[in-house]
Amino acid sequence: MADEIMLLDWWSSMFGMRVRIALVEKGLKYESREEDLNNKSPLLLEMNPVHRKIPVLIHNGKPICESPIIVEYIDEVWKDKSPLLSTDPYQRAQARFWADYIDNKIFQLGGKIWTSKGEDQEAAKKELMECLKILEGELGEKPFFGGENFGFVDVSLVTFSCWFYTYESFGNFSIEAECPKLIAWTKRCLQKSSVSSSLPDSLKIHDFVLQLRKKFGIE
Amino acid sequence: MAGSEVKVLGTWASPFALRVHIALGIKSVKYEWVEENLEAKSQLLLESNPINKQVPVLIHHHKPICESLAILQYIDEAWPSAPSILPSDPYHRAVARFWAAYIDHKWFTWLKGVASAEGAEAKKAALDQVREGLVVVEEAFGKCSKGKDFFSGDRIGYLDIVLGCFLGWLYVAEKRNDVKLLDEEKMPGLAAWAIKFCLEGAVKDVMPDKDELLDYANMVFQAMAKAKAKLNAPPNN
Repeated sequence: MADEIMLLDWWSSMFGMRVRIALVEKGLKYESREEDLNNKSPLLLEMNPVHRKIPVLIHNGKPICESPIIVEYIDEVWKDKSPLLSTDPYQRAQARFWADYIDNKIFQLGGKIWTSKGEDQEAAKKELMECLKILEGELGEKPFFGGENFGFVDVSLVTFSCWFYTYESFGNFSIEAECPKLIAWTKRCLQKSSVSSSLPDSLKIHDFVLQLRKKFGIE
Repeated sequence: MAGSEVKVLGTWASPFALRVHIALGIKSVKYEWVEENLEAKSQLLLESNPINKQVPVLIHHHKPICESLAILQYIDEAWPSAPSILPSDPYHRAVARFWAAYIDHKWFTWLKGVASAEGAEAKKAALDQVREGLVVVEEAFGKCSKGKDFFSGDRIGYLDIVLGCFLGWLYVAEKRNDVKLLDEEKMPGLAAWAIKFCLEGAVKDVMPDKDELLDYANMVFQAMAKAKAKLNAPPNN
């Protein structure tokens, strides 16, 4: 019996993008449903009653929520193709640590940059750059965070790259100036079809955020 | 000397460090416990966890593993012989990870919010939120345990450890605020589970005494209140 896979998603969500990348890496066919986050579908509310958020992966009718959990699930179920996590327990622990670090820092800091101004914005910019430098240090000379191969940490971080232009534009700074190796890594990742087909255009995100700022009255 | 291969940097009062104690106990792994002083962190801790500089850290074959949830999964994978900590089925593993994330990112944040809430109204709202979170987890317990004693079934596992480590601090919040949070009427499953969890072999020998934890918490909060009063005191005091 063929697997039935559905993804409840939202086009600009870095978290949804992670799941798209994982599904393409594994060569999986799936149905994508774009949610209206202002009018969430009964299916979303049924499948994720606790958080009511996307992404939700529905595999043969069973929901899996929270993007890092979904990506690990996909990696475990379809383990024979393009493994995203090493089989070595120590490498897996390191990958989980860095994915957790990314989740604790990047989204909130990036969000602060385009929703605030003045001192708050400067503080967020400074902290974001510190975090990205730490991540660049962790990448080191490796082609990917996963080593020779694209892996779990790469999936977790690369989806923020299409938001970098938005952060830089509204924050008036350059990520490449301070983290050139990280930007080189994003370009390397974008050469993979799983990544390039899963990330929307940076300008489209910028325009979307421009509309959001107008809507929320952020100058 | 097998014990020196495995070291845990922790503090006796840290619920996250308690998770590591329990997990290693389940696997019958010998380890050396290093009690850290968080006011004067050891060089080993700062080198092993340079990013967060926090406990717990598991050091295995001189390699550090940080973040308690990553440590629990590492322990399960590095010592794969039974009993296992996570379920074997990928879907049940995803469910366990989901509830662990909920407990850590939502519920524990609310529990911490009780201590930082100022004024009677804010305190009540914070306590209500903790209770509501437990009602949500009660439902999860019903689905995960399927009528058995623990989230993981007949024996304690990942979710039992993730939530169970907070029972001491939940008791502290109840005593300090003179309320019942783990209510036998509203959460009968969890109330029964809590008693059984604390009696488990891998738990009872390492779980800190809850009244000692209460004394410690009272001391810490008193010191914090004093420091705050000093900060707020008028300049010519």
